[in-house]
Amino acid sequence: MATKPRVKVPQQVKKGEVFEVKTLISHKMETGLRKDKKTGALIPRKIINKLIVKYDGREVFKADFHPAISANPYMSFFTKATKSADMEFTWVDDDGTEYKHTAKINVN
Amino acid sequence: MRYKSLTITSIFVLMAGVAGTAFTGENWGKYAAGEKRSGYTFMTPETRAMQDDDFANPAFLWVEQGQELWSKVEGEAGKSCASCHGDADKSMKGVGATYPVYAKELGKLINVEQRINQCRTERMKAKPWKYESSQLLGMTAYVKNQSRGMPVNPKIDGAAASFFERGKAFYNQRRGQLDMACMNCHVQHPGKMIRANRLSQGQPNAFPLYRLKWQKLGSLHRRFRGCNKQVRAEPYPFGSDEYVNLELYVMWRARGLPVEAPGVRM
Repeated sequence: MATKPRVKVPQQVKKGEVFEVKTLISHKMETGLRKDKKTGALIPRKIINKLIVKYDGREVFKADFHPAISANPYMSFFTKATKSADMEFTWVDDDGTEYKHTAKINVN
Repeated sequence: MRYKSLTITSIFVLMAGVAGTAFTGENWGKYAAGEKRSGYTFMTPETRAMQDDDFANPAFLWVEQGQELWSKVEGEAGKSCASCHGDADKSMKGVGATYPVYAKELGKLINVEQRINQCRTERMKAKPWKYESSQLLGMTAYVKNQSRGMPVNPKIDGAAASFFERGKAFYNQRRGQLDMACMNCHVQHPGKMIRANRLSQGQPNAFPLYRLKWQKLGSLHRRFRGCNKQVRAEPYPFGSDEYVNLELYVMWRARGLPVEAPGVRM
């Protein structure tokens, strides 16, 4: 299945309010420890190793992922509403691919 | 004195017996129907929370894929599912609660997966999807999701009756090196631990479901195969007649429980 990010933010938040951001991305998260059942060769590691979240251009959340993280990793965090701006999400794959998603934060 | 202490011991044994079935006293609301309890009620609160939130439920990745495929034109006939069935939220409502059904043209039972592939080959003139492929799982989950919350209610009379009996016989037939039938666990010992897992009643109302152990969506037949392997029996192929008959019997066992597809289990 193609890697696809999902993000959920509240439709409206008040200025100064602390709100939850939920993220999920479809990914196999191949640990690099499994062997091919037929050939016995190691299946190379391919995981998402980083999630970086920028809110209004400023980094508000960052996580390093390791091979023990399950497939389709779910991550949620809280942040404070400052102003209406874009929240940019970047997941970095082991092969260097970046999966991006942008969510609009409406502050009133 | 000796008699008295014996009595006290037996009271403790009785109490331990009650504690072992403490689950039955709880009110599980829509996840229970009489004595029947959805597999949901045997899960940890964390796993239940994953199913409760459609966003946190990873199975919805497949449901979304199924939704996209619903209107994708494939095959020589130039049709998609939507060409005949229109909006899935109307046309597929209730479908997932009644399958498997008797297919007159084939003279046997078919389940949702097989109906989807029948539509693909006969009406769309497209290639069937492989059993357990993400496309077929996604479409099945999408179709069954349209019946979410509706009570499971398959038809077991008429032409389906003889297949139902075969499914029931399979359920009660001991098999494999361990010589165990489905009912030995799921009827006689639900709620108890089997090594590190808690046995459920084996209700199929949440399939296809996201199993944390599988790290992906899986069909009911995958679960059947897993159970068969665990009793050291040779599993039947995906979509085999034996498993479809069994599917009807276990769906009948779950009648009254809500369709939960896609569920989350550990």
